[in-house]
Amino acid sequence: MAETVTITIDDRQIQAAPGEMLLWAALDNDIYIPHLCASREEAHPTASCRLCFVEVEGRPAPVPACTLPVTEGLVVKTRSPQVDSLVAMGFELLMSNHRLDCKNCSANGNCELQRIAKARKLRLKPKNLPVLDKNLPVDDSAANIVYDPNKCVLCGQCVRACRKSGNGTLGFARRGYLRVVTTFGGVPLGESNCTNCGACVKVCPVGALAQK
Amino acid sequence: MSNHNAAAAAAFAKLQEEAQKDWDRLREKPLILIGAATCGRAAGALNLLEEVKNELAELKLDANVLEVGCMGHCYAEPIMVIYNEGFPAICYGYVTEGVGARIVRDYLTEGDPGIEFALAALEPNDMFPTFADFPRGIHENKIVLEQCGFIDPQNIDHYIATGGYVALTRALDMTSQEIVTTIKESGLRGRGGAGFPTGIKWQTCLDAPGTTKYVICNADEGDPGAFMDRTILESNPHLMIEGLAIAARAVGATKGYVYIRAEYPLAVERVALAIEQARSKGLLGDNILGSDYSFDIEIFQGSGAFVCGEESALIASMEGEPGIPRHRPPFPAQSGLWGRPTVINNVKSLSYVPHIIKNGAAWFTGIGSEKNPGTAIFALAGKVVNTGLAEVPMSTTLNELINDVGSGIAGGKKFKAVQIGGPSGGCLPESAMDTPIDFDSLTRAGAMMGSGGMVVLDEDDCMVEIARFFLDFTQQESCGKCTFCRLGTKHMLDILERITKGQGKPEDIDTLTQLAAKVKAGSLCSLGKTAPNPVLSTIKYFRDEYEAHINEGRCPSKMCKDLIAYYILPEKCERSCDACVGSCPVEAIGDNEDRIKVIDQEKCVKCDSCMVACPPQYKAVVKLSPPHLVEEKDREYREGKQKWQKQ
Repeated sequence: MAETVTITIDDRQIQAAPGEMLLWAALDNDIYIPHLCASREEAHPTASCRLCFVEVEGRPAPVPACTLPVTEGLVVKTRSPQVDSLVAMGFELLMSNHRLDCKNCSANGNCELQRIAKARKLRLKPKNLPVLDKNLPVDDSAANIVYDPNKCVLCGQCVRACRKSGNGTLGFARRGYLRVVTTFGGVPLGESNCTNCGACVKVCPVGALAQK
Repeated sequence: MSNHNAAAAAAFAKLQEEAQKDWDRLREKPLILIGAATCGRAAGALNLLEEVKNELAELKLDANVLEVGCMGHCYAEPIMVIYNEGFPAICYGYVTEGVGARIVRDYLTEGDPGIEFALAALEPNDMFPTFADFPRGIHENKIVLEQCGFIDPQNIDHYIATGGYVALTRALDMTSQEIVTTIKESGLRGRGGAGFPTGIKWQTCLDAPGTTKYVICNADEGDPGAFMDRTILESNPHLMIEGLAIAARAVGATKGYVYIRAEYPLAVERVALAIEQARSKGLLGDNILGSDYSFDIEIFQGSGAFVCGEESALIASMEGEPGIPRHRPPFPAQSGLWGRPTVINNVKSLSYVPHIIKNGAAWFTGIGSEKNPGTAIFALAGKVVNTGLAEVPMSTTLNELINDVGSGIAGGKKFKAVQIGGPSGGCLPESAMDTPIDFDSLTRAGAMMGSGGMVVLDEDDCMVEIARFFLDFTQQESCGKCTFCRLGTKHMLDILERITKGQGKPEDIDTLTQLAAKVKAGSLCSLGKTAPNPVLSTIKYFRDEYEAHINEGRCPSKMCKDLIAYYILPEKCERSCDACVGSCPVEAIGDNEDRIKVIDQEKCVKCDSCMVACPPQYKAVVKLSPPHLVEEKDREYREGKQKWQKQ
């Protein structure tokens, strides 16, 4: 019953369900593509972290893999000079706004940023860009959770998890460079309707949300 | 169907007859029009209106006075037009306090039309030139702006009497596909900025499955220096309403929205009134003109986020979500408002629609160029003499638009660049002045059509500062969702700020170029994809200015405050004059031993007051860049003095 299509990723032929987003087809076949914001459950990809770019045959510019439904005969490369430079810049931009303290970070060793850096041979410390530290207060008001907005990469995984399994406490606020994940009215987690369920901590890829 | 619509044609003929009577009645007495769109009001049009009414009452004169929209000659506001028997209709400009009453008095009591205040006559005659006799008139070809400033936007009869709603009535006799085909054949491209073919958008929506569909007029104009949509809505709201109704008929929508920013209160008010009037005449609502077709419009006021002009962000905002763009496809024409197929068109795009239906696709393709048919509507702003709205055929050159239509640069200064396409457009230099204005040529030159904002810059404008200004705008208006736009534009802005402060590094230009390329390639929506344009185009054409800032700490245009110093030329200073001293807010100016005025550089806040205050016959205050030139000038002065004393 399960109809499949054959696609080619990095010269490897794989089978995937038609219409499935390329990112998931690749990951299911152990082909790693950097990504932070993507979620399999989400009907409509957020496509906001801009890290999962791939080169698609027949298309002039790289395309985010999380937004590309697979079709029969699709030919994709996860690496190319164009893709690599775009991903490198995207990663450097994120790292320029991520408080780097791996040694003391709960995500150390299990961090998506470290994984991307390793996979793509990128430096965690930005090479060409100055560090933009917003110096926001760390919120340790909740019983079990510590939230350091200075580490947050705004992938939105916690917001989704909180809506699904938690109390819908977390959301995005403000615009542009000031965009932040926070509670309604910006109150500390301890004063919000947070139930300390920890769903957000489980999905945070970078240790911005951590268990106490 | 034809039965319904024969009835509709008859119903409309009756409306036309009534409207014509109303229109003819206007001219039974002298008719005075006063331009009272936002531009006119800012220049005092409402005072003029009152003044004219008072004068008429005092003189016991009978005349019709109408508050109309804007004719496009914003530079000459307040503007007044008088139709009086025995003379050609005359348009007066710069009708400041007292002038309006005087013209009315002299003209209506003594028959003296006051030609010294006339801008031009409206019809050809032997006495005064008309607008068509000026270089501006030669290039102008008004389609959308034709009635603006000549009809009362608050009176639907004026619109009907001048040909309004004929197209909608005709569209009732056409099938959806016929309408879409006509728009496709006309080659109309979206005037919101991207230039996407309107017909293809409509076809996609028409072909999309589902019975509930929507049409939206995008009136979220937010570019600095752009006011085309506002002026159209304030001057002739029915044109957009008719266009929207035809769009709805074409795609099979029964509900339409006007998404308009709340910062445009007058436009909101006039559109609301126009919708109400159209409804009361049976031109909107259930069974339009007694036909089988129903359509109604609601206004949605946006709170004024620039990014909400982007289709998917606009929809999110209407659905009650934060106005943040999402990945496309699916495009709104397939899945838009509440997941339904939705056509979103700009005010200008929709305003062409009734004209195309009325005059045919071939008529439209006969104007402009092959791939860019029709006209371009530009808001001329900045250092150009004749600021305002201009409508010229596509492929008119920049030179013609700025020097003929706009009458060149104000104040005898030199042209430096023109910033086209809003904050995400580009700056083009003198050498690009022969570029034809159309979607493709402007993009090739490194700018873009955008929604039609055009800011003219002269020799006093620093191109690095201009790039910083526009990037500051887009950076603040970025929604912050995607990495490249949120952080890329932030880093670019930081670098530009450093350069304008004289803290630039030699590698900054390369870093800016690299960041710009990646922000363009990597961003999610068009705001991010186009945000680097001002930076890229200024680096391309004005790289020397960047280098002067970085390498010499010098601002060639003497605009960047941190890189200039004010200095009083001793040889020009009139010792006994204290104008500069009196104007200085921080008491930084004093006498030296020769009673020549000297600026204390430590205290000076570079407010420009002394330069403005220094009488024009002396012109003793100058700006020096880099600032350390002050010390050199001081030394020269002391050495010169010593030499003179020795002799």
